[in-house]
Amino acid sequence: MRSRKPLALFAAAAFVLAGCGGGGGDASTEGPVTLTWWHNRTTEPMKSKWQQIADDFHRTHPNTSFTIEPLQNEQFQTKVPLALQGNTPPDLFQQWGGGALADQLKSGKLADITQASSGWIGPLAKNADGWKAGGKQYGAPYLMHAVGFWYRKDIFATAGITSAPTTVDELNAAVTKLKAAGVVPIALGGKDRWPDAFYWAYFAVRQCSVDTLKKAVEKTELTDPCFLKAGENLKSFLDTKPFQDGFVGTPAQQGAGSSAGLVANGKAAMELQGDWNPDVMQALTEDKEIGSKIGWFPFPSVPGGQGDPSVLLGGGDGFSCTTRAAKACAEFLGHLVGDDVQKILAETNSGLPVTPAGVAALKSEPHKTIAEAMTKASYLQFYFDTAFPTKVGQALNDTIANFFAGQGGPDTIVKSVSEAAAGNK
Amino acid sequence: MMSAAITTRPPTAPVPHAPAAGGTRRRSRLRTRLELALLLVPALVLFVGFVLIPIGVAGYYSLYSWNGFGPLTDFVGLDNYVEAFSGDVFQGAIGHNLIIATLSIVVQLPLSIGLALLLNRKLRGRTFLRMVVFAPYVLSEAVTAVIWLLMLQPGGFVDEILRGVGLGGFVQLWLADQSLVLYTLFVVITWKYIGFGVILLLAGLQGVPPELREAAALDGASAWQTTRHVVLPLLGPTIRIWVFLSVIGSLQLFDLVWIMTLGGPANASTTMATYLVDHGFKRYEFGFGSAVAVILFIICFLFALLYQRFALRRDTQGALTGVR
Repeated sequence: MRSRKPLALFAAAAFVLAGCGGGGGDASTEGPVTLTWWHNRTTEPMKSKWQQIADDFHRTHPNTSFTIEPLQNEQFQTKVPLALQGNTPPDLFQQWGGGALADQLKSGKLADITQASSGWIGPLAKNADGWKAGGKQYGAPYLMHAVGFWYRKDIFATAGITSAPTTVDELNAAVTKLKAAGVVPIALGGKDRWPDAFYWAYFAVRQCSVDTLKKAVEKTELTDPCFLKAGENLKSFLDTKPFQDGFVGTPAQQGAGSSAGLVANGKAAMELQGDWNPDVMQALTEDKEIGSKIGWFPFPSVPGGQGDPSVLLGGGDGFSCTTRAAKACAEFLGHLVGDDVQKILAETNSGLPVTPAGVAALKSEPHKTIAEAMTKASYLQFYFDTAFPTKVGQALNDTIANFFAGQGGPDTIVKSVSEAAAGNK
Repeated sequence: MMSAAITTRPPTAPVPHAPAAGGTRRRSRLRTRLELALLLVPALVLFVGFVLIPIGVAGYYSLYSWNGFGPLTDFVGLDNYVEAFSGDVFQGAIGHNLIIATLSIVVQLPLSIGLALLLNRKLRGRTFLRMVVFAPYVLSEAVTAVIWLLMLQPGGFVDEILRGVGLGGFVQLWLADQSLVLYTLFVVITWKYIGFGVILLLAGLQGVPPELREAAALDGASAWQTTRHVVLPLLGPTIRIWVFLSVIGSLQLFDLVWIMTLGGPANASTTMATYLVDHGFKRYEFGFGSAVAVILFIICFLFALLYQRFALRRDTQGALTGVR
């Protein structure tokens, strides 16, 4: 009898929890349906754009309405798993694909939209691959992203740098010139950890061949010596002290003192960041001309590296549908990758359109450059924290951040992946 | 404690218009029970549903390696606990919590008492000053954290102020220096919570009878002697409650640290709660996270029990322990 008591307690708990979440019910996908939509655009202009796109869709599809909940990026990491454990997950939510998607699949709540998307997924080509698992489509991107150096053209000119660095040696030379000109060469938001990871990832992408990169993600291991070498190259780069003082405590996007804020306000010359950075910068400065003052160049090549210098590090913003209203949701995803919406998205400069029609509609110079680089790239390496299963990706990011703070070495980074994959905390 | 508080006992006061007849007494006892049930059941249901069951469920999850999706299948026994305790980062986190708790008592308590004594005196602008001291406590923790995060950036508001008053030499990398960041956070915590201690102690001071001070003054006691030997002992219960709340708060410290440093740089400011979120939620290791949550709970619970038993016993006599 004694041993059965805990079981009874947990059964009761499960019952209560199930009861709490039971309000959802199964709405018929044919009748009117209200999609709960969690997206990550909490700031303008995208926040209103999504609202407008949803309203437009409702006008042409009166049976589908929306309850929109914009959430900050960080919140998704905790809210999505909780929601997928419950009985009322959002019907449509921000999905970065890769390893997290594979983790989420185990909840059984993600909708397989392979069939439903067959009519519109074609033009996305390889952009849609990150939202696949086991050959099935579990979501779709609406914008792709790529990381590269954003720089202040005016500051580069003042410091006497005439062309964007194409090799790490040129980058180091630029850093020296910028220091001499009294400007912080590169701003880095080390508090948030993920910006640190961009550097390690790019040194790995430049050092390792595409095949090696693919194999590493597939097997969740960094056993190839090129990953160790990447860490050593990163170490040499850090030794040139290219960042602002106290970068390990600097937030990436909050306030004028953040890394994006430093560049936006002319206190720093460069930042290795995603294509979304102009939006972020604009919000952090009074300077209305900031958009025309910044330019973009890809991460420079590393002498002696096996990596293809055209390969970009990036990812994408997408959405996954949950099973309750999968049909209406997939239809809406199709609408998002349609020419009309892709053109609207292209005008916001908040990412790279996923279809050729969208790319053609890009207006901002830096974004055209990035989209061009993306088209030319022989491969898009997903951010490692996204490509790997979540626990491995986060462990890798933490280890890289510690490395930036002076703890551990290139070998620690490589080991963190195999250890996390083996289940060590 | 709970059970002591709800122990049914025959009313000590004579039951009004109670005839000696046994039937009526039994009926009134039944009525007392019914009333108790009626009053306690809603609270009890909430307590069981939202406190006891979640704790039980967390304990259950903590025995599994589970990523939060799908059924619990990978039973690992106490491995999660062993792994948490054997990790440097978690050991460091416990240490950070203890440092914050100790500093709270050593620094915040005297500061609160001093401010409360000061603000209890008749001085111009007292209401205004009380408001100023209390204001930060009203701010939400997230707002406090963001404001201070921005002010503490290199070249930010704090640095400017220091340079402005000629203390530029004291400027530090407040949030980036691994040996300093925890103490920077402690200053912000103090700024935020000092008002609470002051208000609590001011309330306590109202309970010190003026006659006692007068009597002490008549006996020739100096102001310091009066404070030390008359006022402080009478503030004892308030101070003990404050220490209790402060230590529990320090052990559960999360929001401020999470927003200002995420526990960094290099885990220099990790607390048990940030470790929990970092290694539980962010890594989708819900079994492990549950184990950390249970450890945090047990530490707080043990402290609460021991403190109630040994420090608060006198203060709460009658209130919690019941009249025998």
